[in-house]
Amino acid sequence: MLKIKNLHASIDGNDILRGINLEVKPGEVHAIMGPNGSGKSTLSAVIAGREDYEITEGSIEFAGEDIMELSPEERSHMGLFLSFQYPVEIPGVSVTNFLKTAINESRKGRGQEPMPAKDMLKKMREVMAVLEMDKSFMSRSINEGFSGGEKKRNEIFQMAMLEPKLAILDETDSGLDIDALRIVSNGVNKLRSEKNAFIVITHYQRLLDYIVPDFVHVLHKGKIIKSGGKELALELESKGYDWLKQEATV
Amino acid sequence: MDILEKVTNSDYKYGFYTNIESDKAPVGLNEDIIRFISAKKEEPEWMLEWRLDAFRNWLKMTEPEWAHVKYTKPNYQDICYYSAPKPKKTIDSLDEVDPELLKTFEKLGISIDEQKRLSGVAVDIVVDSVSVKTTFREKLAEMGIIFCSISDAVREYPELVKKYLGTVVPKSDNFFAALNSAVFTDGSFCYIPKGVRCPMELSTYFRINESGTGQFERTLVIADEGSYVSYLEGCTAPMRDENQLHAAVVELVALDNAEIKYSTVQNWYPGDKEGKGGVFNFVTKRGICERNAKISWTQVETGSAVTWKYPSCILKGDNSIGEFYSVAVTNNYQQADTGTKMIHLGRNTKSTIISKGICAGKSEGSYRGLVKIGPRAQNARNFSQCDSLLMGDACGSHTFPYIEIKNKTAKVEHEATTSKIGEDQLFYCNQRGIPTEEAIALIVNGYCKDVLNQLPMEFAVEAQKLLEVSLEGSVG
Repeated sequence: MLKIKNLHASIDGNDILRGINLEVKPGEVHAIMGPNGSGKSTLSAVIAGREDYEITEGSIEFAGEDIMELSPEERSHMGLFLSFQYPVEIPGVSVTNFLKTAINESRKGRGQEPMPAKDMLKKMREVMAVLEMDKSFMSRSINEGFSGGEKKRNEIFQMAMLEPKLAILDETDSGLDIDALRIVSNGVNKLRSEKNAFIVITHYQRLLDYIVPDFVHVLHKGKIIKSGGKELALELESKGYDWLKQEATV
Repeated sequence: MDILEKVTNSDYKYGFYTNIESDKAPVGLNEDIIRFISAKKEEPEWMLEWRLDAFRNWLKMTEPEWAHVKYTKPNYQDICYYSAPKPKKTIDSLDEVDPELLKTFEKLGISIDEQKRLSGVAVDIVVDSVSVKTTFREKLAEMGIIFCSISDAVREYPELVKKYLGTVVPKSDNFFAALNSAVFTDGSFCYIPKGVRCPMELSTYFRINESGTGQFERTLVIADEGSYVSYLEGCTAPMRDENQLHAAVVELVALDNAEIKYSTVQNWYPGDKEGKGGVFNFVTKRGICERNAKISWTQVETGSAVTWKYPSCILKGDNSIGEFYSVAVTNNYQQADTGTKMIHLGRNTKSTIISKGICAGKSEGSYRGLVKIGPRAQNARNFSQCDSLLMGDACGSHTFPYIEIKNKTAKVEHEATTSKIGEDQLFYCNQRGIPTEEAIALIVNGYCKDVLNQLPMEFAVEAQKLLEVSLEGSVG
């Protein structure tokens, strides 16, 4: 589904990613861990197509297509979703209006008819029930005055509505208390299937207790320095990152 | 910052010219021209005297220069002050209206037929200087509501006109108001009798057609005690290279317990992408509130090359309320200096000002507002919020708030913000599948929501579209 080969990317002349190789297949959940500044968020932004970054080397393939020349919205229409670490506020635009626009623009991009309002509302209600969200959410301005937890829940809500093939969750656990973490993880787990895949970016093992990954990768200085199964996350939790950093520099 | 820097490509959608033989006055301005206009309109002697008095005042006045706008002053002797589509005969029904003119209305998207009847809008259409047809006049007359052109009102309801004309905006109020008082050619007149709630939105469409004509409409709305009216005004103009002058005066009178809601969607030709042509919109709008009365001004301004406009409320009566909701969009080389004046004279008077400026291209947008609390205005309250949204970094936004307080019990609040449509917001929308153009429309509409919500439903949709059209291509 996603094939990243020898990816190098920089911003304002600073190299952030220095040769990433990653392959994600349908049905898989990959966790990417690593200390602050290791390039985790850059990786997600580059995959989503943020223009601030310059790709200097390597390739990104998604759903069998080279997506490096595609705009962020075209990537989104193909089924790529990024849950933001810091979702932005858009004053005066309600969650419902925003989602309606997003869903129908995506459908338009794929040559489909707009979704009937009735179906959309029905689906919104179902997803909101899973995420234990209050109805008042729908009419609030998107992310404006939302608590950290509400923002993240709103991201997962949108993800569930847009039904992406590949979702990248960028530090979705930060700012969540333990109850919210359980609810959000539950929402993600319900969406897991043989057809879609997830990349979960996190600092902590905690989230991975709920969303159990098939693979864990450790990112350091723009490179994946170690990959393993879910037990690698546990090892990191007890030992920290330092032993790996030393290994990497040796 | 790349995508925010690209300049607009949008073209003015309403640029077309209707070929109707018109009845024009000779170019220039002197007492004879005023006599010509007055005679053309078959006005009574007092009206002519009023005009001449205004003209003599105007001669002594100078064009104001305090606004934050730059333009070449019009040569007032180069303008044609009267241009009427030549009527074939007196018009009684729409069937008799020039088909060319009806086509113009069609292009403008105004249907004067069953559609509007169903949606309950009465329309008074002013093409250049003469009101062609007022629909619904008879139906409204049954309730005692008078809705007609100001020229008809001068002839048919001289007592009302004489009593109120120039009482809110005196004929020597300012340079442009004096000019208008001398040469105004048409406009709307509306009177709502005591205790009557006008059952439909009253609407006027203005349009400048002839080249080199100025449009000087005069609107007078009187809401008698305990009455209510909602009035809509929309404006467009064909594309022209030279600048066209538009200097209107609107006077609102809300007597005790009356309410007037006045909404404007202004889309005069803004000039081309290089800043050539466009309408100079120098307008004086003011309302007076007697006891417990309320006046709301709502405006969505997307057009004109230069705008100079401050819809104001004189809160004379105790407990009266004034409101001003405004969205002003400038793009390319447009300049707007707009805002409001809230003059609190009575006790417990309240005013609210919500102003949303949007600047794109190389345009300049300014909010200029005065809140004045008189010595007798115990417990006066004002809340002002002035926000500006910038698109790109070649435009400028300015806020000039003036506050004069002469009563210690007053409470006046002023909030101002300036923001940019952020790359973060755009990327967020893009990531969710929303292309940049649509994302901007979404963000702008959200930003203007507080104002758009004040517009009548039908108008709000139109205003929303207009915002999208005027900002089309301003990024990406």
